[in-house]
Amino acid sequence: MTAKHHTSLESPAAAPLAADPPAARNFTVAVAGNPNCGKTTIFNALTGLRHKVGNYSGVTVEKKEGALAGEPGVRILDLPGTYSLSPRSPDEEIAREVLLGRLEDTPRPDAVLIVIDACNLERNLFLATQIIELGLPAVIACNMMDRVEAAGHRLDLNKLSEALGVPVIRTVGHRKEGLDELRRVLLQLRTNTKARRRRSWTPAPCVEQQIHALATVLRRSGFADETAAEGAAMLLLSEGEPVGNHLPPQVREALADSLIRIGQDMAGDAATELTAGRYTWLSEVVDGCLTRGRDSGLSLTDRLDRVLTHKVWGLILFAAMMAGMFLSIFSLAVPLMEAIETGVAYAAELVNRLVPEGALRGLLTDGVIAGVGNVIVFFPQICILFLFIGLLEDTGYMARAAFLMDRIMNRVGLHGKSFIPLLSSHACAIPGIMATRTIENPRDRLVTILVAPLMSCSARLPVYTVLIGACMPGGALVKAGVMLAMYGLGIVSALSMATLFKKTLLKGPTPAFIMELPPYRMPRPSTILRVMWDRSKLFLQRAGTVILAITIVLWAMMHYPLDTQRTATYESQRAAVFARWFAETRAASHADGSHAATHEHKAIPPVVSAVSLADLPDNLQAEIQEINNTEAADNLRNSFGGRLGHMIEPLIRPLGFDWRIGVGIIASFAAREVFVGTMGIVFSVGEADEESTALRDQLQAAAWPDGRPLFTPLAAVSLMVFYVLACQCASTIAVVYRETNSWRWPLFMFAYMSVLAFTGSLVVYQLGSRLILGHA
Amino acid sequence: MLTTTLDQLAIGESGRITAIAGAADVRRRLMEMGLTPGATVRVVRFAPLGDPIDIEVRGYHLSLRKQEAGAVSLTRT
Repeated sequence: MTAKHHTSLESPAAAPLAADPPAARNFTVAVAGNPNCGKTTIFNALTGLRHKVGNYSGVTVEKKEGALAGEPGVRILDLPGTYSLSPRSPDEEIAREVLLGRLEDTPRPDAVLIVIDACNLERNLFLATQIIELGLPAVIACNMMDRVEAAGHRLDLNKLSEALGVPVIRTVGHRKEGLDELRRVLLQLRTNTKARRRRSWTPAPCVEQQIHALATVLRRSGFADETAAEGAAMLLLSEGEPVGNHLPPQVREALADSLIRIGQDMAGDAATELTAGRYTWLSEVVDGCLTRGRDSGLSLTDRLDRVLTHKVWGLILFAAMMAGMFLSIFSLAVPLMEAIETGVAYAAELVNRLVPEGALRGLLTDGVIAGVGNVIVFFPQICILFLFIGLLEDTGYMARAAFLMDRIMNRVGLHGKSFIPLLSSHACAIPGIMATRTIENPRDRLVTILVAPLMSCSARLPVYTVLIGACMPGGALVKAGVMLAMYGLGIVSALSMATLFKKTLLKGPTPAFIMELPPYRMPRPSTILRVMWDRSKLFLQRAGTVILAITIVLWAMMHYPLDTQRTATYESQRAAVFARWFAETRAASHADGSHAATHEHKAIPPVVSAVSLADLPDNLQAEIQEINNTEAADNLRNSFGGRLGHMIEPLIRPLGFDWRIGVGIIASFAAREVFVGTMGIVFSVGEADEESTALRDQLQAAAWPDGRPLFTPLAAVSLMVFYVLACQCASTIAVVYRETNSWRWPLFMFAYMSVLAFTGSLVVYQLGSRLILGHA
Repeated sequence: MLTTTLDQLAIGESGRITAIAGAADVRRRLMEMGLTPGATVRVVRFAPLGDPIDIEVRGYHLSLRKQEAGAVSLTRT
């Protein structure tokens, strides 16, 4: 999960900086700042909400870019929010690499806009000054000034600007105050690239000396810019050891040498000297320009936190919020999902009417349309989930959720931030997996991704409903209990697997939990909706193509090879029904003897297939339908998928499944909910959904060749356990591939979950058969 | 002078940091977040389940586990 780097430290964009006249090409401004400083609002306001969202190549760090509104030649690049430039997470690494011009796909920006939170100056200025020292022309947007003023403080921005050596503009992002001024200053930077400024503070002399020594080596190894080399040297020294392996050997040596010298010359270490020294300087700067008003008592955030993180109320409100989130996902998404299903069915019907029967029609309706349907049917749910996640993030409650739940997640070796992604996975693993991006530690993020699909998502619901409805004896209470047990099994296995992964494969210390609790904020609908749309669109683009491809492959597996002999047999059966109808109508018309009948006689087409099924009386229509269903089942049995089902039957018989269930399981690897439809075909009931009584009757009647019932309660439980544990979702695989940027982890996930599912079902069925359940 | 560690402070108590121990990366992160020698910190609250802690440092709220807080030495003020 590391970014692609240039092999040397040379920054490709730094060199041409001086050569090109600045106005002749695009002028790129990077927007940097701490998380929660209002950076996104300012970025959105500058670009007028028109921007592209992508990824930096090779990492899953979001890359947002747009043109300055009204100035197509000025590109604005939103960097990930970071606390410092020392990389600890992929986000921070990207921010630094971009600012140093070391990313292959992102040239070094021409200027930086640093957004700082005026309410939290020292920590925000820590990053701001690190960036300024890299030597790019910079401007500071001192944001959230309204809050500082409301609290009765006075902040002298002129003094601040003087101390830092860059322009400082007063902004209030959400009210769009100060943005015109910001634009003006940004455009000035475009023509005045000389606005550079050197560092305004010095650490202990021995450290300062090593900064210069290391900067000289960096310049010799290709760093074009003197200021940038010095800034980079400070970062290297404060990191203590080289992070990443993209440092040229001579720099590595020089760094080690410098660190040894500093160790000899002073009591402390370079990291402490550089970090504490910067903070000491910044405290003085802030004291010099901030006149603090009288303390106005507890802030709104403090008062809210007294309730929201309260020992009792905090947990109750948290539980209520999560429950509310789920209820609204299901109540809001279900009508939309039904509408989409209707739409998909309508599209299939349309194709049925327009395209003649045959392979093309099958491909279009059962492959393409069904595949697209599989993708977009979850779109409402994904959108709503992202809406909630965006809301939690934007208000500042997300950090509290992690704060509340960290103790529990810590037990399984994870971080409080893993809680919301895992919870969201109960609706759908895809937004859950995409929400893991907030977890800084790559190992923890990976563990969370790997176990997220074990949480019972809403696609498993139809499978549980059908099996419980058809196969479980007892009243509603037993049925509800079984359902609940399946959800419980998902949670327990996810947490156990997380513990296991943390202890073996992704072994590592429990990550440090050092997290800001940002002030609460009113949510901004435009920001939340924009984020929701960006993320949901990303899902459509990324997962869509893969799912479509897999669905088509599975469709082909379920329909091919065709057998002309077989087709002919069923064709002649159908023809016989039509022939009977012709005979009857002709007999009737002859008996009538009217003129019109002779006319009708002529109208009967010679080719049977040209007569529409709708022309037939109801009883004959049913007969045709029966033949069609038998044919579909026969085709399926003889298809590659059916043969595969037969082939794996010996393997799955110990789980209590026959080849027909095997076919259902194979088909479900595209998407779990396909199971119900496939069962409908296998058991010759035609189109089926989870409310279909015909399917329920067929399932209850289904038997092994020796007459034993197939769907015993035990077999149903075994099958449900399989569905709880197996990774049967092309979308999840696709998203994990995108999020981890390799096939290694999605394949591993698929493999471990398959083994888990097989073992789980085996244990359930074999133990169950030996106990009382087997006789049921 | 009462020297102790951050995890030993009760709610409402504050102290001035004297040193940060622990693994290099955690230590660096704590310092970058403003927990540098000389800074004043105050314990605001504990999470409902007892861990992590919510502290105030340099005018903002930071949460960290008792384990990390144990690496922060300070004198009570």
